[in-house]
Formats: sequence, C-alpha cells, structure tokens
Amino acid sequence: MGCLYALIAAGLSLIFGLMEIVNFAHGEFLMLAMYVAFFAWSLAHLDPVLALPLTALALAALGWATYWGLIRRVLGGPMLAQIFATFGLAVFLRSGAQFLWGVDFRTIKDPLLAGRLSVGGVFLGLPQLTASALALLAFLGLWLFLRHSETGLALQATAQDRQAAALMGIDTQRMFALGWAIGSACVGVAGGLLAMFFYIFPDVGGAFALLAYVTVALGGFGNVPATLLAGVLVGLTEVFAGLLIAPAMKYAVVFLLYLAVVLWRPQGLFGRF
Amino acid sequence: MRRLGLPLLLGAALVFPAAVTLPFPRHVLIMIFLYGALAVAWNILAGYCGQISLGHAVFFGIGAYTSTLLVARAGLTPWAGMAAGAALAVGVSQLIGFPVFRLRGHYFAIATIAVGEIVQTLVINWDWAGGARGVFVPIKRPDSLLNFQFHQSKAVYYYIALGLLLLSLAVARRLERSRHGYYFRAIRDDQEAAASLGIHVAREKRRAIAVSAALTALGGTFYAQYLLFIDPESVFPLSLSILICLVAVLGGVGTLWGPVLGAAVLVPLSEYTRVWLGGGGKALDLLIYGGLIMLIATVQPAGLMGLVRRRARP
Repeated sequence: MGCLYALIAAGLSLIFGLMEIVNFAHGEFLMLAMYVAFFAWSLAHLDPVLALPLTALALAALGWATYWGLIRRVLGGPMLAQIFATFGLAVFLRSGAQFLWGVDFRTIKDPLLAGRLSVGGVFLGLPQLTASALALLAFLGLWLFLRHSETGLALQATAQDRQAAALMGIDTQRMFALGWAIGSACVGVAGGLLAMFFYIFPDVGGAFALLAYVTVALGGFGNVPATLLAGVLVGLTEVFAGLLIAPAMKYAVVFLLYLAVVLWRPQGLFGRF
Repeated sequence: MRRLGLPLLLGAALVFPAAVTLPFPRHVLIMIFLYGALAVAWNILAGYCGQISLGHAVFFGIGAYTSTLLVARAGLTPWAGMAAGAALAVGVSQLIGFPVFRLRGHYFAIATIAVGEIVQTLVINWDWAGGARGVFVPIKRPDSLLNFQFHQSKAVYYYIALGLLLLSLAVARRLERSRHGYYFRAIRDDQEAAASLGIHVAREKRRAIAVSAALTALGGTFYAQYLLFIDPESVFPLSLSILICLVAVLGGVGTLWGPVLGAAVLVPLSEYTRVWLGGGGKALDLLIYGGLIMLIATVQPAGLMGLVRRRARP
C-alpha cells in the first residue's frame, strides 16, 4: 500500500514542485483512472494489469487538458483561486461520475492475478504485491526520466526558476502542461493497480487524496524521491496503527504522525522552504 | 445610498418573517445567515490574518457537540452549552495553533485538513458521544427560548440566526478597525516585515484563531438546535470546512461584507438546485455547483466584492 500511496503522492508532488499548485482533484483523477480500468475490463475484457498503459494515457490526456483548460487561467491568481479551481474540478468530476455511472460499488472480478502468497508464514495478496512492485517500477521510471532525459532536466529547470528556464529557451507553458500530464499519468498507473483489489465508486478518491496530501507534505513538497519514503512510512504507520491500536483509528494516527513531524520540521522530512 | 442601504437591508431582514410565512424561503434565509456568520468568522483568520484554514468544521462540530451533549446528558439549557462550546473551541484552537502556526501557505492548509480528519475520527470512535450514529437533541415541549426549540414556526430561529450574523459582523468590524486588525493584515501581507516591526506574530495569530473559533462554535450550536440531530458526518466533514471558505471566497476574502454577499448568492443557489435538480442519486446539482466554482475561480478570483468595487469606482 505504501508504494501505491507514494505513486499517487508523486504525481501531486511533481505538479506542486513545478508550479506550486496543489491539485485538490487528485483523488478524483485516481477515481477516474479506476473507472477507466473497470471499463477496459468490462467492455473489452482487458485485465487491469494489461490496461495500465491505457489508464496512464487517458489520465495523462486529462492532466494535459486540465492544465490548458483550467490551471493556466489561475496560474497568476491568488492561492485561494488556485485551491478553488482544482476543488471545483474535484466536485465536478465526482458528481459527473455519479451522474454517469451511479453510486454502486463495482469490482473487477477474476483479475489475472489473484490469490495469495505465503512468505515466511505471512500471507500477502498477490494483487497487492504486484501492485507494489509495479508502483516501485513506475517510480523508478519517473525518477530516471526526471534525472536523465533532456525533457526531465528541462522540467526540473522550470521548477527551479521558471523565468531563467524561459530565457534558456525552454517553453515553460509546455513544461507545465507536461508536468500535469506526467503527474496525472502517475495517478493513472496507481488507479489501474488499485482497481485490481479495491472497490470502484465515485467517492473512492477522497481518502486516498487526503493521504496523498499528507504524504507529500510529510516528504516535503516538490521532492519526488522523498515522497517515496514518506509514502512507505505512511503505509507502514497505517498498517501498524490498525494492528496495534484500532483499525478505525489508523488514519487519525497517520495524521497525528504528520503533525508531530511538522512540529519538529515544518518543511517536512526532506523539504526545503 | 450607502448610508441608507444598510438600515433598509436590516429593516427588510427584520420584517421578512412577518411578510413571508412559507417555511422554505425562511429556511433559505436562515441558512444564508448561518453560513454568512460562519464565513465572516473564517474570514477573520483567513481573510485578515492570511492563515487559510481548511479545518474550521472542527470548531463548528465542537460547538454543536458540546451543547448537544450537555443538553442530552446533563439536561442543561443549550444557551449554557453554546457558551461552553465557544469556550472549548477557543481552548482547542490554541492547542491546534501550537503546531500549525509554524507552517505557511499550502503546508498550513494541509495541516488544518489533517487536524480536521483527526478530530472527526476521534468523535466517530467516541461511544459516549454517540459515535458514528450521532446524537439527538431531546425534544422538549412547549416551545421556549430557554429550551432553544421551536416547533411551531421558524421565525424565532430566523431571528437568532440573524442575531448570530450581526454579532459576527460587529466583531469583525471592531477588529477591522482596531490595532489588532492592522496587525493581522500586516502579518498576511508580509510576516517577516510585521515581525521586524515588533508585532508578536504568534500571539496575534492565536488571537485571530480564538475569535474565529468562538464565533464558528456559536454557529455549530445553532445548527444543532435547528436540526435537533447531529452526527460526525454532518458537523465535522472536510466538505463543510471547504464550503465555509468557499462562501467567503465567492464574496470576497478580507472584506467585511464579502462573506455575507457570498452566502446570499451561494446558499440559495445550492438550496434551490438541490430542490429542483437533486434527488434520484444523480448529483446534477453538485455537477453544476462544481462547474460554477471553477468558473468563479478563473473569471473572478477577487470574489463578488471585486465586482462591486469596480462599479463603485468607474
């Protein structure tokens, strides 16, 4: 689970690092990715694992469109306008999903990967295990892309100083849109993976998005590798809190952990102000 | 016009229940007053002091739960519960302020969301307080001001809500013109500059959140007595926190009348779309609502007060 949280949060972190905007519709992006996976399965009998490129592409397109249609218009506006632009999008997407597909819980039956694996007496669900592995893989890919490709470096340059980047001949508008596309594609992959073993319904994004915000803030905004660590930390805290204290309290413990860290390091574990 | 406008508006608000006896328009106006008061309270912390809180439902819920539990478990009058709720909200706000005021911008907003989620989870798991099932306010007859319950007509609720709004506005107006109001705005505009001019930033922030929390808690008690049933999902959710600041943002952040204007536009809109288009599980009303929020954020980020001001100065 931690790896999935990290992947969801990575998209958020990337977008924030690039242009200091928190996407409050992130959870709804996740929900849409799960629906894409669901319909790929129910209409085309495509297994969620095989449909991953499809969900990633669909979400990348959505992120791209969101940037050009909405975010570009509030980029120079006050922080509140940015919060509400994405929040409005969240409400719109969630109720749109409810309008089109209803509130019923859906599940993907008989995925390619099912059953469980026993590792040293501990039972692990095979879908969950694959999901973590693939999430890690996606994370690695993202990291390599950011560090070693020319476009990735241009993205980082834009994040550091958009004016200087523009002077160096980088099309910052394109970079922003690309950031949104990649950030959303991360959610697309995460959603496709999550769809294998989680219920799909219009409100599914909420809880995951909240955890993603905390994960990002815990790792430090805009720092993608730190997000992975924070994601694993959040996942572990959730599991142990559920095991040792009470399952119902696990999220409260995660949020408390976050507040405790923030008290000690306001910028997050590895963040810079 | 300005000098005449306010008394006229207030006079119209005072005679409204006598002129219109239908329950639904009265309900809409009560909700406008309630959300207006909440948004004015939020605006004290966020609009003047610049600390954008997305966890104000915490104080609302504390107000609602304190009074309701005192009525249901100890038999006290809700008015005492209202005072206790406000006091408790102030105490909690100081506790919350200790960690979160070290944060800025998005970090602050997210930390307040985290606080809100923690409190909601705690209340859901608190059996004595009704847990996830919530609590009913025991029905008391006959209607009386002491019991804060009126089953015959909404008129008294109407006047109490109006009083609440006027109280919030009076507090905000006093603050706006006081020394602390200037301190708040200085902190919002540039915290370092404010600190270097000798403003005790942490103390002023605590002051802002205390006032804001107390007023929000009063609204919570009113809500509980108006609906006579509360549960964690209705008084502590993140969506309520966001709705409160949405009202203020729509009207205009950091202005005295902006939040009221925002409530006057947004509340009827959401109540009427809910009645006309809601139901059937299709969420068409929320679809329109979401689209509208995006439109406002892109077209008029300064809120409706921005429009009013532009007309005033051609």
